[in-house]
Amino acid sequence: MTTYAMVIDTRTCIGCGDCVVACKNENKVPAGLNRDWVVEATRGEYPNLETEFRSERCNHCGHATCVTNCPTGASHYWKDTNIVLVAAEKCTGCKACIAACPYDARLLMHPEGYVDKCTFCHHRVEQGLDPACVSSCPTHCMHFGNLDHRDSVVSRLLRERRHKVLMPETGNQPNVYYLI
Amino acid sequence: MNRREFLKISAALGAGGAMPALLGGCAPRPLPGAGAVTTSPTVCNMCFWQCAGTLYQEDGQAWKVVGNPDDPHCDGRLCTRGSAGIGAYSDPDRLRQPLLRVSEGGAQRFEPVSWDAALDFIAEKMNTIGEQYGKDRIALFSHGGGGKHFRRMLQAFGSHAYAHPSFAQCRGPRETAFGLTYGEGVGSPDRTDMSNSRCIVLIGSHLGENLHNSQVQTLIQGLNNGATLITVDPRFSVAASKSKYWLPIKPGTDIALLLAWMNVLINEGLYDRDYVARYCSGFDRLAAHVQPYNPEWAYLETGLEPARIRETARIMATAAPATLVHPGRHVTWYGDDTQRSRAIAILNALLGSWGRPGGFYQQEKVALPEFPVPQPPPPKDDWKAVVQGDFPLVSTGISNKLVEHSVGPDAYIKGWFVYATNLPMTLPGANEQIKSAAESLDLMVVVDTMPAEISGYADVVLPECTYLERYDDLRNAPERTPTLALRMPAFPPSHETKPAWWMAKGIAERLGLGEYFPWQDYTEVLEWQLKQAGSSLAEMQRIGVKRYPRKTPVYFADDQPAEFSTPSGRIELYSTLLADAGQHPLPRYTPPERPPAGFYHLNYGRSPAHTFGRTINNPQLFELMPENTVWVHPSAAARLRVASGDYVALENPDGLRSNGIRVRVTERIRPDSVFLVHGFGHSDQRQRLARGVGADDAALMHNVKIDPIMGGTGMRASFVTLVKREVS
Repeated sequence: MTTYAMVIDTRTCIGCGDCVVACKNENKVPAGLNRDWVVEATRGEYPNLETEFRSERCNHCGHATCVTNCPTGASHYWKDTNIVLVAAEKCTGCKACIAACPYDARLLMHPEGYVDKCTFCHHRVEQGLDPACVSSCPTHCMHFGNLDHRDSVVSRLLRERRHKVLMPETGNQPNVYYLI
Repeated sequence: MNRREFLKISAALGAGGAMPALLGGCAPRPLPGAGAVTTSPTVCNMCFWQCAGTLYQEDGQAWKVVGNPDDPHCDGRLCTRGSAGIGAYSDPDRLRQPLLRVSEGGAQRFEPVSWDAALDFIAEKMNTIGEQYGKDRIALFSHGGGGKHFRRMLQAFGSHAYAHPSFAQCRGPRETAFGLTYGEGVGSPDRTDMSNSRCIVLIGSHLGENLHNSQVQTLIQGLNNGATLITVDPRFSVAASKSKYWLPIKPGTDIALLLAWMNVLINEGLYDRDYVARYCSGFDRLAAHVQPYNPEWAYLETGLEPARIRETARIMATAAPATLVHPGRHVTWYGDDTQRSRAIAILNALLGSWGRPGGFYQQEKVALPEFPVPQPPPPKDDWKAVVQGDFPLVSTGISNKLVEHSVGPDAYIKGWFVYATNLPMTLPGANEQIKSAAESLDLMVVVDTMPAEISGYADVVLPECTYLERYDDLRNAPERTPTLALRMPAFPPSHETKPAWWMAKGIAERLGLGEYFPWQDYTEVLEWQLKQAGSSLAEMQRIGVKRYPRKTPVYFADDQPAEFSTPSGRIELYSTLLADAGQHPLPRYTPPERPPAGFYHLNYGRSPAHTFGRTINNPQLFELMPENTVWVHPSAAARLRVASGDYVALENPDGLRSNGIRVRVTERIRPDSVFLVHGFGHSDQRQRLARGVGADDAALMHNVKIDPIMGGTGMRASFVTLVKREVS
């Protein structure tokens, strides 16, 4: 089992949306659909403010409720990893996975109607490349790698920096980490 | 109390909606890159930064553009707009064929015509202007590389008047001020050495939202290396959110802060005495000049606490000379912009940062000869004396002055070529003036890839092919590492579009000036130039970017005297040129006008998703940011009884109203100001996505302040209020 993780530094993310455009081009995502998106959260009152930008997507959870709730086995783990994919040929478009995903990270593909989502660009990972969003980020705030390797960049960053995941209370074991 | 503002920036995922029910699944789409993949080098033209990249096609279809790792402009990573370059190529609203204005039964319309008909018409009109008024009466407005060819054609004809709005509407004050102080400008890309800075100060510059690629990358590198960021901005910009110190200054009072910083550095003995003694002149006059401007005085002007002013000045001095007080880029704000830019230049000199690591590095480009062409005859008249004689320190054209001199029957300028710049949204509050100019001009030619407001005024519209469909000049920009980069076509020109060099050559030939374009194809020029630089077109088509070794030092050498191209040969803290011109030789603070009751400072800026108004209609970028919003502080929103999501119109004190624009209530703005992203509010109906969406800040500018030194248009002295309206 290989655990791939994305580690995103909110301190250097500028919310530019390059990750969104790069993903759409790389994966030929149709107009009107997105596999990733950027969130801006501001806290405080003028002039004592904090603004955080986060590039968000599927968390490729260790316990993916979308996989366990899929009635046909279309939602599945890719090979022996935590990368969650949807097999279009098995998907009936029933949307059980959409209801089961705490991150609202799934979309209905136009025009076919199967469920689609972030793949961590597994077609690039297979070639030893980073996902398109990571490799396009102009501030280098995004990192990708294998959490099982102690000396990977993602492992090191999580050892050295304060971080969080989104909605850890779901028990889904998300694998997109945010450095704070 | 914690308030929380939560905004999803990009479009919704699109789950839901009517979709076909799949009972048995469907065939999966092939994985990206599984087909036949080809690549070709390009230089991005989504903004003026000109990053080198690689265009990928899969099975003959455009796939993606990514940065070239050998390129110092992008370090292998294009920005949001660069990544969306294919949208510029595939935009269905592009200009497709030459258009000629025709009158029929009292109504005017554009008629698609052949290239021969369009170029014949232009040449004929130019000859008529030449016979009637003289050959020096045609002006060129240009933003981008292709303008060079029209400039050559017009100079050969006898017309030398030329302006790029990136001077008088953008970085002119800074280039002028640094020129007066150091004998040379900051240049483009900016020679800032932020990756090595220990302290970075941004004065109203919102890098990050302003996505100048290597600028943003080096800013972040500096922060990752532990630099302290100080941001001066009425708005909690993205850069402010990354800062240790955010100074939410009262709009228009930056010079007061800069003078107070100088006061602290000088009076506390924190300035770089050795640097000042070695390189600078006029220090004693400067020291005497700043005495009244202590932080207590500045507090009353700027609203910034004296202790914070002192603290930030000391931090700058501690990190010096690796302290960069960033010169900014779009700096035509209040009409005293050369004075403010001079204050920034001087502050950097006191910190010893010009020519030093972490401050400003020295740039070098590749020694690349121009393809030999005949020299155009010298100009008959001095157009600058006629058009902008009031600004003797300015060596380039002032676009707003050229427009002024194009209005009315007695105007000096009788024809315009407008290359890739949408003047009605570029020049502040100038719609009526441009309309009047259009009525009095005998010829207006607009060259662009997309329809826009300016082409609505044109007699002839010439459709240019996009950067992915053409060769252009080699990119040879001054940089840390000298490089050449090649833009080459990945696709044949769509529709009937043509590259700029082809159009200019065609006009020149019709005017009997073909000798100025002595080639059949532009590759002949590139091949010749590359041979001189030890490369070839074939090599560049393979690698895209070629790096050359540096011949000059990146920083001042300690053992070498530096020379400056100023009258004194030194860094002029006291500017002798300004004194001679009757201008203030030391930076002078002018208090800004305050908004009338019920009005707010109109502040505007950039979004990383768009380049001015030029990319709003790009399908990919439109999806990312389809409209602008007006940022309003909660207290102002309460007073105005508006809430986030409401549509309002912006109204200036002259009663001019904008399109509908959505309100964004946010703590990230001062209560006395509003903010919107520039470039929206297109009225041209041919941009089917962008038309009618959002508000145009430039049209609302009623109080444009002309800089007495460089003639630029100060664009931040205007005010607006919000008027509730029905949903448009």
